[in-house]
Amino acid sequence: MERKLLLEHIGVEGIHTHDVYRKNGGYSAVEKALKTMSPDDVVEEVKKSGLRGRGGAGFPTGMKWSFIAKPEGVPRHFLCNADESEPGTFKDRYLMEKIPHLLIEGMILSSYALGCNQSYIYIRGEYMYVLQILEKAIAEAYANGWLGKNIKGSGFDLDLAVSTGAGAYICGEETALIESLEGKRGNPRIKPPFPAVKGLWDRPTVVNNVETIAAVVPIVNEGGDAYAQIGIGRSTGTKLISASGNVNKPGVYEITMGITVEEFIYSDKYLGGMKNGKKLKACVPGGSSVPILPHYLVCKTAAGEDRLMSYESLADGGFATGSMLGSGGFIVYDEDQCIVRNTWNFSRFYHHESCGQCSPCREGTGWMEKVLHRLEYGHGKMEDIDLLWDIQRKIEGNTICPLGDAAAWPVAAAIRHFREEFEWHVKEPKLCMTKNYGLVTEKIFETVKG
Amino acid sequence: MSQDNIQFPEPLLQEVARQIAKFPEGKQKSALLSVLHLAQAHFGYLSEPVMDYVARLLHILPIEVYEVATFYSMYDTQPVGKVKLEVCRTGPCMIEGAEKIVSYIENKLGIKDGETTADGIFTLKTVECLGACGYAPMLQAGEKFHEHLTEAKVDELIEQYRKNPVANYLGLENHGA
Repeated sequence: MERKLLLEHIGVEGIHTHDVYRKNGGYSAVEKALKTMSPDDVVEEVKKSGLRGRGGAGFPTGMKWSFIAKPEGVPRHFLCNADESEPGTFKDRYLMEKIPHLLIEGMILSSYALGCNQSYIYIRGEYMYVLQILEKAIAEAYANGWLGKNIKGSGFDLDLAVSTGAGAYICGEETALIESLEGKRGNPRIKPPFPAVKGLWDRPTVVNNVETIAAVVPIVNEGGDAYAQIGIGRSTGTKLISASGNVNKPGVYEITMGITVEEFIYSDKYLGGMKNGKKLKACVPGGSSVPILPHYLVCKTAAGEDRLMSYESLADGGFATGSMLGSGGFIVYDEDQCIVRNTWNFSRFYHHESCGQCSPCREGTGWMEKVLHRLEYGHGKMEDIDLLWDIQRKIEGNTICPLGDAAAWPVAAAIRHFREEFEWHVKEPKLCMTKNYGLVTEKIFETVKG
Repeated sequence: MSQDNIQFPEPLLQEVARQIAKFPEGKQKSALLSVLHLAQAHFGYLSEPVMDYVARLLHILPIEVYEVATFYSMYDTQPVGKVKLEVCRTGPCMIEGAEKIVSYIENKLGIKDGETTADGIFTLKTVECLGACGYAPMLQAGEKFHEHLTEAKVDELIEQYRKNPVANYLGLENHGA
């Protein structure tokens, strides 16, 4: 079954404007919810839909919503996480830029469901031009009575505003986002208390990703059960995938969960295969944080079954032979790419983005970057590979927020699957400066470094 | 810049008020990141007097501004050129040739990563993932994304910004540096 639930109208001229969006069925979910559903009904539909957080964690959205505390007389807040910064991920930018009213409609539905009257979209500072698109769309929504006091005579009030970050990956972590929205450094908070109890200005708060919030629109329109029919198993609905790397057609795709990875990479409908007829070497299927898969585990699981684009199938085999769907940042590497260089690059990223609160992450990410740098530049020793393994193991699970894990996992997976390539860098300190190791199983040394 | 010159013109003061009005009474500190973007766009960079001015505008302590200005990578607390060329260096851009683009710009402008040209127009900066991985390699100048970069495209861009060196986040004329 082939359905587009989010990007169905993306090609319609002027769909970023209120009037065109409205003509194409926009805001019908808000009308339906405000006229015929109670807030709890909306929560119930989202629970039935099986929708899971699209930012990376995959936590069931309906359950997250049900945790929100409702103390008498205390305002609650609903926040959109538009801090999209996970390397390999650019789907939220695409959605907000092309069809901003879909996010606004989702914000209204979600805020209504949670009983929030003041909601915010927190967008990364580098997306300033997208912020301007959103502000224009919000002004249109106010002008047409979808925001403000007593929306369409329902008695429900909602104010919506956009606020900006200023360059910090960490602010995609929900408690860091809240700190940042309070005008502070993006240092994640110790949990508990969870944001559902004490979030923005110590008030009950729910934070959801852009794509998650947009998905509430088709769920309300068509019903949670209908949404749950799409996809496979516990991976319901559709997912936006941001595809990059050495493929013919990188870009943003809305896929039905459950198509095969092979179809996604090689069919003309999606990525159109590897660029320049090169061979697939590896794939990071869910953003830089998730384990890298060597080519023989990309399209098939270790058990030899077809690997599917779903939460479960991409994770099949655990970290030993699997990975994660994550944010859907799908990075494809061909035979010319150097795994050591890529791992060093990612480590530099995490070192740069560590907020510095927790020693294992602050020190460990810098240490990993340094060791990987010397391996890549022909100064490494064999013991360095074990040292890297040791450092990543001591970061994982020992930090306040998941940035530590996100820094550790790519290093661990690279060593797990590409150890020979790391060893080759030690054994061939001169050669590794000019040539690449090629494919792990076929021992191709021909590709010259770029 | 002396303390006396530091004053937003009326339209920007109105913009500050609009940012503050997004938040409930007493929560004006939440507008800090937005106001710092405005200040940087208008004054060129966030000098100590500029940060102190922002603190006064928001009725918060100067230290509350300093700690934020030094945490987020988009804020400059030292002078920079009128046009910052921020080239993404992270994984997906790297495998599509970001490093070559960086060295091309370095050679063309005669500056290294982090440096500013003698005429004060360009600053080159490598940055982490800007969310354009499918359209790599890319750079950001002000709020504009320039994607699918080639050497020819870089030539064009540099030409264009040399003629009209306005590329900050709000299209404001830079009154600093």
